[in-house]
Amino acid sequence: MATGLAPEIPSGGFSFGNFQRNLSLEVQGLHPPKAIKTGTTICGLTFNNGVVLGADTRATAGNVVADKNCSKIHRLAPKIFCCGAGTAADTEMTTRNIESQLELLRLNMGREVPVVVANRLLKQMLFRYQGYVSAALVLGGVDKFGSHIYCIYPHGSTDKLPYATMGSGSLAAMAVFERGWKLDMDEAYAVQLVRDAIAAGITNDLGSGSNVDINIIRRDEPKTKIIRPYEEIGLRGKRHGKYTYQKGTTKVLETEVIPIVVEEEEVVQRMDED
Amino acid sequence: MNSYLTDNVPNRFACLGLGTNSPQSLTKRPAASLRDMPDWLTSEHSTGTSLMAAEFDGGVVIGADTRTTTGAYVANRVTDKLTRVTDRIYCCRSGSAADTQAIADVVTYHLEFHEIETGEPALVRSAAAVFKDICYNYRDQMSAGIIVAGWDSRHGGQVYSVPIGGMVVRQPVTIGGSGSTFIYGYVDSTFKPKMTREECEQFVLNGLTLALSRDGSSGGCVRLGTITKDGVDRRVVLHNDLPKFYEG
Repeated sequence: MATGLAPEIPSGGFSFGNFQRNLSLEVQGLHPPKAIKTGTTICGLTFNNGVVLGADTRATAGNVVADKNCSKIHRLAPKIFCCGAGTAADTEMTTRNIESQLELLRLNMGREVPVVVANRLLKQMLFRYQGYVSAALVLGGVDKFGSHIYCIYPHGSTDKLPYATMGSGSLAAMAVFERGWKLDMDEAYAVQLVRDAIAAGITNDLGSGSNVDINIIRRDEPKTKIIRPYEEIGLRGKRHGKYTYQKGTTKVLETEVIPIVVEEEEVVQRMDED
Repeated sequence: MNSYLTDNVPNRFACLGLGTNSPQSLTKRPAASLRDMPDWLTSEHSTGTSLMAAEFDGGVVIGADTRTTTGAYVANRVTDKLTRVTDRIYCCRSGSAADTQAIADVVTYHLEFHEIETGEPALVRSAAAVFKDICYNYRDQMSAGIIVAGWDSRHGGQVYSVPIGGMVVRQPVTIGGSGSTFIYGYVDSTFKPKMTREECEQFVLNGLTLALSRDGSSGGCVRLGTITKDGVDRRVVLHNDLPKFYEG
């Protein structure tokens, strides 16, 4: 008996009732809503004075382009940036969280935080979530040890590479990198290569599209800005030919005029006047 | 504009050298799996791999290929699967890249702490025991096959194998990874105890070359490391410099 003085004690434990219900709903064809994925092309490379990062700007939800101009290059520190592919919400929140941690770390230590630290924080967080945080990242930055690019996968493995691509357009972008990459590139060449890699993703991968965003982090400059857009690739083309037939293309065989008879009826309503 | 398209690309493989000094990287894995996830997101970075480690008179030689795959895609062709644990203890990683990197990081931490507490270099046996503890305790969640090798003043060069269930066993020579199945015969017929350093390095290089030429998920270059009382000596053998065997 439950009273105000002696309430019923809940039995405790988990209820899996909804799990069974959701399973049967799914069998009947009702699917839960899907998260927005960034079918994506992102890439980064090191050159003789820093690193260049690039990204496309399309966000998709299934077959629908959810955002034609989203930003996939995230700031972690003034000279450490990170391109994100995977679930948009996950890449956004992951990078924001790490940005906070890095700034607190900088304040505590009283010195600039190197890129390896960003890599460590990201990989340890992603590993903890065992791949359920869908963030595939290209981390790039410059510190007193040099220029660095890291590839970080959703399960928490990382690769340190001189050049890297990620996302559904990574194969198109990597093809461009493998063809054009050289040791000790200058900035103009590096930026052009990154532009071409992202452009290859935008034009050849359905999940990527719209513009090229580029971020150049230079060793000799304290700050950097994302160039957004660097170039618009996925623009609608102009129609070059005329597709209407000229007047008189079809021969007139006969003509008949049918007058339209309009019957008019005027109704006048008077307001009552008392 | 597209000038690089016509340029010569003389240093295409110069990047291979860069990986030599960096302790990062290996194989990777997919995850959670939910339906509709693209391959590059879901497939775990995995380690189709060829690993080898052998004791010789005065130390050990370790070696690995450099390929990391995600499904059918080579995600990294200059991977470093020989990972430092202490100055004279290294591990060779196979299995999930994420798992083995995480394990190696944790073991490195434990051994660094252990060396501070004891004030002397850690024993290879201790390193193997820490690897074993983690691999055994998390055997249901991790996929990691690790070879621990190194030199200590008490027992000299040693090789320990920590396969997937979390067992640990000392062997004078051991092989690991998917490519290892192809070279058991070669190893059994060729290995002899108390080889010289040069003999042992050639033995490991030949074995790995045979393995990666028969195993589709191994490939790229061969990384070799020789650990003696004087420390570690590492080198990369580029694919075009690998020894030639029957290729018919």
